[in-house]
Amino acid sequence: MISLKNCNKYFHKGSVNEVFALNSVNLDIAEGDFISIIGSNGAGKSTLLNSIAGVFMLDSGSIMIGDRDVTSWPEYKRAKFLSRVFQDPLLGTCPSATIEQNIALAKKRGQWRGFSRGVKVKDRPEFQEKLKILGLGLENRLQDKVGLLSGGQRQALTMLMATMIRPEVLLLDEHVAALDPKTARQILTLTEEIVGHQELTTLMITHNMKHAIQFGNRLIMLHQGRVISDVAGEEKKNLTVGDLLQKFYASSEEELVTDAMLLA
Amino acid sequence: MTVYAALGAIEQGLVYGIMVIGVYLTFRILDFPDLTVDGSLPLGASISAVAITSGINPYLSLVFALAGGFVAGMITAILNTKFKILHLLASILTMIALYSINIRIMGGPNVALLGSATVFDPVINWGIPGQYAGILIFAIFSVSVTAFIVWFLKTELGLAILATGDNPRMITSLGVNTHAVIILGVGLSNGLVALSGALIAQNQGAADVGMGIGTIIAGLASVIIGETIFGDNSVLRAFIAALLGSVVYRLAIALALGVEFGDFSFNPSDLNLITAVLVIFALIAPGIKKKMVAR
Repeated sequence: MISLKNCNKYFHKGSVNEVFALNSVNLDIAEGDFISIIGSNGAGKSTLLNSIAGVFMLDSGSIMIGDRDVTSWPEYKRAKFLSRVFQDPLLGTCPSATIEQNIALAKKRGQWRGFSRGVKVKDRPEFQEKLKILGLGLENRLQDKVGLLSGGQRQALTMLMATMIRPEVLLLDEHVAALDPKTARQILTLTEEIVGHQELTTLMITHNMKHAIQFGNRLIMLHQGRVISDVAGEEKKNLTVGDLLQKFYASSEEELVTDAMLLA
Repeated sequence: MTVYAALGAIEQGLVYGIMVIGVYLTFRILDFPDLTVDGSLPLGASISAVAITSGINPYLSLVFALAGGFVAGMITAILNTKFKILHLLASILTMIALYSINIRIMGGPNVALLGSATVFDPVINWGIPGQYAGILIFAIFSVSVTAFIVWFLKTELGLAILATGDNPRMITSLGVNTHAVIILGVGLSNGLVALSGALIAQNQGAADVGMGIGTIIAGLASVIIGETIFGDNSVLRAFIAALLGSVVYRLAIALALGVEFGDFSFNPSDLNLITAVLVIFALIAPGIKKKMVAR
């Protein structure tokens, strides 16, 4: 489904601040995989997701999604078959537009936008039905501006919008990290439901090891731009937080790193 | 203020209102401060004036003016999006270039339209007196433009424009090429400004290369006055407010020009100073108000 070959990405190349964000990353992701990604700050997790999304171009290497070589495709073009939810709940929605306008925008993801009405009356029942699944009462507030909603509500709405039309790939960049624990749990449950229901190929970055173990069928650990651990299937199911920490120390070769840095 | 001055101010307010709607589109909707308008207003005026003096129908000349303004706006937006020049600087560059271009178009610093055909001819032929003909024609144009923009921003494409100004990362992740949207939006904005310039030239009987000076400041002042008095909590309301803000602004200017303190009175050349002070006050007033309330 997704295939990354020899992907390299530097930031601030040639300066004292040079960061080798992706170091010869090779990764094959099967259709329907739900992968959780962990790693310390600066390990390259977001860089990996942003490379797949096309936020920036790789310095070298190639990315295939399905049978398309998307290596040089701009972000907006990849959005046709790829959806994202950001860490910041404010990034996923448009505050000055209404709830229904936001959903209508998402319903046209990757399609031609013309001169027909942005919010179509015939679509409203579908919007309400989908909003009901969130259980936040938003189905009765279609005309309310999204700026009025809380972070959790906005993130739930973003989740719905990202999957309004089924993406081939769903990228979640620490999408519950900015929420309180209860709301985070709700959004994760919602994520699991939607991903399971639509059978989405999903990559989820998390800083929470328990979430990383609990969700998905495969777990990838990144360190200094490299994949240092990749477990799937039965082995993944039996993982514990202790195992993860051990794996981290074993492969990172860096004795100075503390638990705190990893968990931060 | 005499009735005659008031009527004149309303007329000006309506015709400059089309420009204000263009400014609102870039400044507020797209979050793109665009100074191109100081050049695209006289651009529209020159194109229309030259077209009319070459025997082209005055209504058709408006279409040419609009198209010319659209291209000017597109150039600013392309400099900004494709070549990464800061939006303010990109628009100043286009504005400066337009000064030379406008003189080239007119073959000199101005073109007189006295005795030429104008868009007012049909109305005047119906027997409506001159000072009302302007108001009528400009009301029709400005209301139609407002209605068009409000309709347009409710289409699928229009929503994408709103979202591009509001949250570009989000709308990119939904598959919209924000560069194309900005080029379209700034183009449309300058098209409207040029249309406004063309109508102004036909009204005052001449196109002049200097007529665009201070357009952006007058536009901003009108936008801010409109928002403050009439509110902006929906797209429809915001654009009606921008148009009415333009009328209020022109009335306020007319009023200020009529004020006399003994021997002192304002000249029309003081207009830019008055406007700048007005805009500065409007921009800092919310902050001062907050401080006062906090105490």
